[in-house]
Amino acid sequence: MNAQAQGTRFVDKLGKVYGLYTLGFLGFFALMAIIEQFGVGARTIGVLFLLFTLAIYATIGWLSRTMQVDAYYVAGREVPSLYNGMATAADWMSGASFVALAGGIYFGGYPYLGFVIGWTGGYVLVNALMAPYLRKFGCYTVPDFIGTRYGGNLARFCAVFVLVVASFTYVTAQINATGTIAARALDIPFEFGVWFGLLGILLCSMLGGMRGVTWTQVAQYIVLIIAYLVPLIWMSNEQGFGIIPHFGYGEAAQRIQQLEAEYGLQPAAEAVAGLKVLTTAHFDPQTSLDSWKFVTLALCMMAGTASLPHILMRYFTTPSVRQARKSVGWSLFFIFLLYFSAPALATLTKLQLLDPNLATAVVGKAVEDVMALEWIQNWAHVGMLAVQDQNADGIVQLNEFFMRPDIVVLATPEIAGLPYVISGLVAAGGMAAAMSTADGLLLAIANALSHDLYYKIIDPQADTRRRLVVARVLLVGIGVLAALVASLKLTGILGAVAWAFCFACSGLFFPLVLGIWWKRANREGAIAGMIAGFLAGSIYLYHVYGGGAQLWSIDHLRFGMIGMPVSLVVMVVVSLMTPEPDAETQAMVDETRIPTGDPILAETH
Amino acid sequence: MAEVSAETRQAHWRKTSTLTYVILALWFLFGYVVPWFAKELDAASFLGFPLGYYFIVQGSLIIFVLLIVVQNIFQDNIDEEHGVAEE
Repeated sequence: MNAQAQGTRFVDKLGKVYGLYTLGFLGFFALMAIIEQFGVGARTIGVLFLLFTLAIYATIGWLSRTMQVDAYYVAGREVPSLYNGMATAADWMSGASFVALAGGIYFGGYPYLGFVIGWTGGYVLVNALMAPYLRKFGCYTVPDFIGTRYGGNLARFCAVFVLVVASFTYVTAQINATGTIAARALDIPFEFGVWFGLLGILLCSMLGGMRGVTWTQVAQYIVLIIAYLVPLIWMSNEQGFGIIPHFGYGEAAQRIQQLEAEYGLQPAAEAVAGLKVLTTAHFDPQTSLDSWKFVTLALCMMAGTASLPHILMRYFTTPSVRQARKSVGWSLFFIFLLYFSAPALATLTKLQLLDPNLATAVVGKAVEDVMALEWIQNWAHVGMLAVQDQNADGIVQLNEFFMRPDIVVLATPEIAGLPYVISGLVAAGGMAAAMSTADGLLLAIANALSHDLYYKIIDPQADTRRRLVVARVLLVGIGVLAALVASLKLTGILGAVAWAFCFACSGLFFPLVLGIWWKRANREGAIAGMIAGFLAGSIYLYHVYGGGAQLWSIDHLRFGMIGMPVSLVVMVVVSLMTPEPDAETQAMVDETRIPTGDPILAETH
Repeated sequence: MAEVSAETRQAHWRKTSTLTYVILALWFLFGYVVPWFAKELDAASFLGFPLGYYFIVQGSLIIFVLLIVVQNIFQDNIDEEHGVAEE
């Protein structure tokens, strides 16, 4: 009971706590800037930034420890909408958003901007179709909804299976990102970085479950948004686009188009493995194929957003249905702050490198001078950047400057010649983004396995203590497994994330939506829809990734375009061919659709 | 708590669905139709941005946030009107 009392008091003074925390973080930032002036080395500052933020998250995780089921699974359902919005934003914005998105836009041009639209527009679906109804339902996990709405262990099991595949794919990418950042900031091998990252993640989530993760995610959002905006605003001021660059960088985008025409967008004479030269126009849908690629990517990402369990379960933590809806609005607002900055960052960074009028330009300069730059040497040293004079004219051409897309954000402070304290801040922000998402994902997997598989299917007699011990053992086990897979470096960060979205929308989108919006949907239909959608998507992924022919130009990032329609058709056809759900189930759906009244599932179950 | 009658439920759900369909139509317009015609829209400009580009990096995002806020305001009214709002 003691923990409960503490929790309540904590919720009452959130504004004060996080206000002080933000001031404290800014104070720490100022302190680092000062000691840099006194000659403290870049490496020390990087280490201090990581350790300071990690210590804070771990402290919050420790203070939120709990032995109560509803605190562990849904943070006691007492998270106000504003803070749930921040936590969701951190949960949502992964290493991919923070580290890789701007780089993707930098190199990918128009079709890549589909990520920006897809990862924001998805929340309109979450709000319109899912969150308020799932909150009313009162479930602990997403398979909990599927299992109760459709009935039977098989439906529940299928949902758990899809959840685990999608979330596990996603979490390895996040642990990969924490490893990359830790390795660079602490100057340790990537393999150690991965374990270091996992340790931090478990410190936040193991003791407090959802409650611990919620309050650390709020703290992580504050760090990551400061870290994303500071370099952008700094750079904007130096280039003369004003304090808030977001509304005024249109000229920069047009200037880039001009420069691209001047330099010419040609592939490199000789490719460098793992690195890219700029070959895609900054913004220019060349053909209708580009538009098609844009909308298919956006659709997969939006439907994936509305089916990813680690996001949906955040809306189970609010005190009411109305608060759940409100918190979707806050979530998108906080996410929007970063997403409308990413294209600005990509644009300004590109201009820094391309525009001969700026001191930081690299393209068009003498190769010798460029090779002598310290930041070029640092990144070239770790194999993430290369400058090769392939036409031997002594000048760096646009197609002779190679870079790994993932490093654009991390390298921006150095590219723009900002002090090292900014690089330390960005590393801490990237770490916060990757850790917060990994926390949410690991918890989603472990909770589905402990609640749905262990408690609901295997041992319904288990007592509270046992359930929570099982949940924690699973959390650690899955974390270790994910770190092992991550250390194999199988996929890039952005690619693995897109896969996770496609897995989720192929298997879960229609069973979730139709469970609320179509009373006629029944168990047989849902099971068939989940299995058929997931299988069709996976088989297509295997086929395309192995070099098979693409159907309608749908590549491996968009395989949800195959899985979703199959899932919809199979689910509707099978539902109509089998008897309609019983009156009790139909009454349950009616009850889900109004905000008042008791939740479908009891307060603790 | 008073039991909610079947007629109230039906009326409430009809309004809720209509609202949702309107919101989803706008979502489709700004999430898909506008980006599809980005090149054509680029002929115009807004705040110094080509218009199609502007929508994709900013305009549509702002509209998404507003769509959620507007839907929630209308939904709250619908809930209150039918006596199924919380508190």
